[in-house]
Order: sequence, then structure tokens, then C-alpha cells
Amino acid sequence: MITRVSPFLLAMMVVGYVFLYAPIVSLVVYSFNASRLVTVWAGFSLHWYAELWRNEAIQRAAAISLEIAVIAATGALLLGTLAGYALQRYRCFRGRAFFGALTTAPLVMPEVITGLSLLLLFVALEQAIGWPEGRGVLTIAIAHITLGTAYVAVVVQARLAAFDRSLEEAALDLGARPIKVFLVITLPLIAPALLAGWLLAFTLSLDDLVIASFTSGPSSTTLPMVIFSSVRLGVSPQINALATLFLVAVAALVTLAGRLLGARRDQES
Amino acid sequence: MSDAFRRRAVLILPFAWLLLFFLAPFFIVLKISVAESAIGVPPYTPLILVDAGGWHLHLSLGSYDFLISDSLYLRAYLDALKFAAVSTLACLLLGYPLAYGIVRAPQRWRGALLLVVILPFWTSFLIRVYAWIGLLKGNGLINNTLLTLGVIDQPLTLLNNAFAVYVGIVYSYLPFMVLPLYAQLEKLDPTLLEAAADLGCRPSQAFARVTLPLSLPGIAAGALLVFIPAVGEFVIPDLLGGPDTLMIGKVLWDEFFTNRDWPVASAVAIAMLLVLILPMALIRRLLQEEAA
Repeated sequence: MITRVSPFLLAMMVVGYVFLYAPIVSLVVYSFNASRLVTVWAGFSLHWYAELWRNEAIQRAAAISLEIAVIAATGALLLGTLAGYALQRYRCFRGRAFFGALTTAPLVMPEVITGLSLLLLFVALEQAIGWPEGRGVLTIAIAHITLGTAYVAVVVQARLAAFDRSLEEAALDLGARPIKVFLVITLPLIAPALLAGWLLAFTLSLDDLVIASFTSGPSSTTLPMVIFSSVRLGVSPQINALATLFLVAVAALVTLAGRLLGARRDQES
Repeated sequence: MSDAFRRRAVLILPFAWLLLFFLAPFFIVLKISVAESAIGVPPYTPLILVDAGGWHLHLSLGSYDFLISDSLYLRAYLDALKFAAVSTLACLLLGYPLAYGIVRAPQRWRGALLLVVILPFWTSFLIRVYAWIGLLKGNGLINNTLLTLGVIDQPLTLLNNAFAVYVGIVYSYLPFMVLPLYAQLEKLDPTLLEAAADLGCRPSQAFARVTLPLSLPGIAAGALLVFIPAVGEFVIPDLLGGPDTLMIGKVLWDEFFTNRDWPVASAVAIAMLLVLILPMALIRRLLQEEAA
């Protein structure tokens, strides 16, 4: 569409992008502030990064969060791929509509409800069969796998829908067994979706406060829980420093994923 | 290996997982919502009481009665719906021009422009809400700037009130509005607009009579993706809201963590689900059509 863009539209877009980025830019700028006051500029300093470096509570929580995120993303990748594959390929089986609803419902369920209901399940299970014993990394990971599965399933389903099936059919005609076709043809072709799904589940897990708060135990304080309790007490430049590191990591990951996918696309074409 | 067997093998794992860890919990919430609060571990009465006279069912609607009789809950409930509805509208007003502008941009810019909208979504939600505290505080960036410029001579109260909650929700959920709108607008056939222009439509008329009606599914999907989670929002009213900005998600949290009243917290969850079940069914249908 090559048409004149109206000044009104341009102005609204500028407003939109400024709204999206002003808070993030201010966050990063004040992480380098020498003053404890987040709002008064007192010169450039890496003081808060040094403080963060010495903050053991945050580091412990970050390690727990990363551990949970890796488990959750990997579990969600496995379950979500199976679910997305079944939903896209098996057009009619008994309970398909029900299964579809079950797969996508966690996407839109308010977090407080998911968190509360899972905790009540864990408590009831522990009473009934003695598993899971108490709450901690395992229960948070189970909760995050459930959430992540929904996201992975949607991404995989979308990728499979835009997928040329003739390659699979050719392999089947040439005598490959279905499992081999899946591993050699299907899996590599949907790899970008798998990577995107894994990253999505990983970030969701790393970011979640509400569900983790419900399902955590005394020894499994995650990073968002530490950030939340510190923010509740007031603004701290250490959190700004942490946020900046987070942004750098996300930007690096997105760039890397973009490069990988870009390289693949070049290879394919 | 037969086809049916293979299907079952693919389905069994995710199906069983979701039944156990997503569906079953709701029945437990329902069960506990009709129990009574009790001192003990866990802090509620059992559903089935066994005594000398055999066993009998112990159902109590006390928690629901409590929700209805205490006006605080009804207010928090209605306020949450109001916050979510107004924020959804604000997201639409801000998100539509963004999505529309990206679709109208030159092809080679679109990907980058869209990525820039999504990027904040990949950073921590909590940190994005936190960023607004620094901007909205009494001695925050916005107040300081306005004071320095001489626009105001008293700091404005921007934080810990309804305004801050609206800003927080709109900010956090804007990408959920822009993405479905973009997907819908991108599918729009440009020749339709050319035809409208040939038939004498001014651009504003063409927008109102062609573009807007054809983007309705995107508007509906975006609105639901913002509205549903916003109703249950806890972090934003907790960090940006004040004592008079009650939302039902925060009430549920406080009932559970502060008052330790599991039956009332469960009843709140069930009440919230009742309102959201219809919008949730709708968004599912919309996403399904999108996928098909």
C-alpha cells in the first residue's frame, strides 16, 4: 500500500512509541545514577551494579528462577509440541474441541485463578497421596509447564498450518516410517517455531510473579518475588540496574534468535 | 504401529497433564469454596464428614453469602470490570493507530516496527510496572519536568490512584491489542480501498466504511486479550493503585495470603470465573478461526 500517511497517524504513532519506550529509557538512564534518589541526577556511576553484584539474595533467587525456567520451557516444549501437532493434524477425534479448549484456556486465564487453583491441587494431592512433598522448585515448574504448554502449542499449531505437507508425503511414499518422517522432515521444518516457543515459555516462567507466589515454598523464592517485595518497600536503583541487565540479555537473545532464523531462511531459499 | 495407536501416543501426555494440572484444580477450588474456614492444616473443613452415623456431605454457602453481604467485594468486583473495560478502550484508541501505521509503512520497515512494539513484552512485566513508579511519583520524572518547566507549581498526585492503575494496565497490555489488529489489517486487500476511492470515497470515508468494519475481528480479539487478564490483575493495582483502587484480583490475593481464608478466596475465584467464562469462550473461537 503506497499512500500518503496522514500527519495525524504519524503523530499517533510517535505518541504510541514514546509511551512504550519512555519508561524503559528512564529506567536504564537512572540505573547509572550516582544518587540513591531515582529522580535526581547526580552524575554517572556504576555503584548500583556493584551493589547488585554483592547482593546474594538476588543472585540466589536468580539462580532458582533460571533453573525453574529451563525445566519449565523444556517441559512445555515437549508437551506443547505434542498438543499443537495433535490439534493441527488430527482433525477429528473424540474430545478434540474439549482438548483444544483445555490447551488454550491457560493463555487467557487470570493468573490469580491459575495460581490459587494449582496450589489447592498440590495441597489436596499431598494430603491424599503424599506427593508433592511440600512446595518448591518442583511445584512452580509444574505450574509453569502448564502455562508454557499453551503458548508452545499455539506457536507450533500456527507453524504446522503454514507447512507444505507434500514433503512429508514424499518421504512416506519413499517408504520412511511415520516416526522417521516426523524426526527427519517435520521437526527440522518446524524448528523455528520450537525455538520461539521455548523462548516464550522460558521468558514467561522467568517473569511470573503471581503463579510462583502461590505455588512456591519457603526455600524457593524466585527473582520476581524478590523484586516485588523490594519494590513494595520503595524504589531502589539496584532494581534499575537489574532491569538494565535484563534488557541487555533480552535484546541479545532476540538478536541471536533473529540471526539464527535469518540464516536458516537464507539456507532454505 | 497402527494410526489410532500413534494418535493415542501423541495425545496421552499433554491430555493427561492438562486434565490433572489445569482442569482438576478448578474442581478443587469449587469444592473448597463450599467448605468452611477452619483452623488447621489445610485451613478448611472437609467436604465429607465421617462420624458414628455414617458419612454425610458438608456443604456451606457461607463464603458466597459473605461475598454478597459485604459490599466491599461487590465494589471490588465492579471496579475491576470498570478498570478492565476503560483500559481496553484506551488500548484500542492507542493501539489502532499503531497497528494501522505499521501496516501502511513500507514493507521493509514493517518487521522492525512490529518488533519494537513487542520487545517491551519480552522484558519483565514487573519491571515495566516498576518503571512507572519512577515516572509518576510525587518527586518523579514527570512532576519534576513539569515543575522545572513551570507548567505546575505543586506536584500532581499521579501515583497510588486510579489514574496510575489505568496507565499501568494500558502500558502492560498494549502489545496484546496491537498484534491481533496488525494481523487483521495486514490481510486487508488494498484493492478494496482503491475501489472505494474510485467510487468517490474520501480517505476518511473509506476508512470508516471499509477498513474499520473489516478489522472488527482483530478489534474483538485484541479487546478480549486485554480485558480478560486485566479483570484479574493483581500486580498493577497493588504497586500503582492506592487504598481506594480495589480490584478483585487483589482482593483474592489478600484473602488468601493475608487473611488465610481459603474458602472465601476460592469463592472469589469462582465468582471471577463466572464473569470471564463467556469472554474466554469468545476469544477461543476467534483464535480458532484465525488458526484455521
